[in-house]
Amino acid sequence: MISSFKKALDSGKFIVTCEVAPPKGINLEKTAHHIDLLKDKVDAMNLTDHQSSVMRYPSIGGALLVKEMGGEPILQMTCRDRNRLALQADLLFAASRGVHNVLCLTGDSVMLGDHKTAKGVFDLDSSQLLAAVRTLEKGKDLGGNDLDGDPVFCAGAIVTPEANPIEPQLIKFEKKIEAGAEFIQTQAVYDLDKLKTFMDYARQFQVKILAGIILLTSAPMARFMNKNIAGVNVPQALIDEISQAPKGGAISKGIEIAGRMIKRIHTEKICAGVHIMAIGKEELVPDIMAAADLNST
Amino acid sequence: MIRSITKPKSREEIDRLLSGLNRVFIIGCGTCVTLTHTGGAPEVAAMKESLLDSGKLVTGQIVVPVACDNLTSEILAEEMGKIEQADVLLIMTCAFGVQTVSSQLKRMVVPALDTLFIGKETGSGQFNEICTQCGTCIIGETGGICPVTNCHKGLVNGPCGGTNYGKCEIDGNKDCAWTLIYNRLIELGRLDSMRKLQKPRNFLGEPTPGKYEVSKS
Repeated sequence: MISSFKKALDSGKFIVTCEVAPPKGINLEKTAHHIDLLKDKVDAMNLTDHQSSVMRYPSIGGALLVKEMGGEPILQMTCRDRNRLALQADLLFAASRGVHNVLCLTGDSVMLGDHKTAKGVFDLDSSQLLAAVRTLEKGKDLGGNDLDGDPVFCAGAIVTPEANPIEPQLIKFEKKIEAGAEFIQTQAVYDLDKLKTFMDYARQFQVKILAGIILLTSAPMARFMNKNIAGVNVPQALIDEISQAPKGGAISKGIEIAGRMIKRIHTEKICAGVHIMAIGKEELVPDIMAAADLNST
Repeated sequence: MIRSITKPKSREEIDRLLSGLNRVFIIGCGTCVTLTHTGGAPEVAAMKESLLDSGKLVTGQIVVPVACDNLTSEILAEEMGKIEQADVLLIMTCAFGVQTVSSQLKRMVVPALDTLFIGKETGSGQFNEICTQCGTCIIGETGGICPVTNCHKGLVNGPCGGTNYGKCEIDGNKDCAWTLIYNRLIELGRLDSMRKLQKPRNFLGEPTPGKYEVSKS
């Protein structure tokens, strides 16, 4: 079963994905609202997996909700909370229920989240999880045993184009491709010249790169990311631009900046698409797309 | 030399563990805990004063030379009178020492310390974990630096996305093991070994609890 996201990736059209965070609890109203708002506008939506190690409703639950509502889910799976048995089982479950896109992540340390004394698992890493996906597709599990019914996935991973030092990150990126990544979402990028430099290198690989766009909502938020999020560098010019926005206008400015960046990535064909992370403000994704002159897909 | 690195338990935890146990015999150690200042003669004396202040009765105290050594039981035998008067042994050694005493004397023990890791002194008063004894050593491919121990996540295929200017996402004072490995492999001209996609780790090196017998062939 080829997923519609995979078809879109292969079509060569400009791809737009976004994120939807499952709730803390079982009230799915807001999540469903976001899905409803975005399902016909984007090519696929990522369901985050206990993002920042904060315990939430599971990503597979969110992915099933997206399916039920007629959208296209990308199941985020981290290696933080499950060993290889549990990861493989969840992949089989996902495929059996029509979830055929998976984003393989190592995962943040539990120490960064809201269950700091929990055991971090990391039985596999992101590249090994990708390899596990490809192994399952061949009808085998990681123990070498036969499967009764093979899953099919479109598998992806992430890269941080502005990591420092960069070369270890690029070596890992190449391993992810070797392990079977078909698409790569980047960490948030704000300096498109640096993104272009990364793409000059990355273009040699058979993988679709989606540039990560995090909506800037205020100057302090930008400074916070610069200080606390590895590989995120919001240039001072953008921080100045958003601080000079009229009172109450920071978010509109953030939408304008994100739209402007996406438009340039699109028109200059820098990347195959974008992955928009609106972090709690998913309802603004259509505005960002409009600011980028992207019509609904 | 490898050392058992310890830190004191909080006073609240020790008080909770000693609740209802009024007569205490204190045991310290003359080896690793003297480096960390957690269970040598000065710390044992201070613990005694502190317990007396809180109304406990201290039947005696001793600092044995090497608490984890089998000779500990012989040294403690000379103190059996005072030990037998105690409701509990408060032991200011690493968990090797606590368990040695516990198995030798079969008496109620309370550890006064938490054993953090087996490591080595890398500077005055500074200790680093070096090896977690995983049983499946891979440092032949990582420039002699262990990612199982030194990467917070024990990753074997390179850094995670949390690495930042050579530091770990959990603590800016901790080095990113994969930056260290990368730099070392460059020095050695062996960066290619980092490009090899490593299979999932073998966690079956020696199933816990470790037990090993030298073959008699």
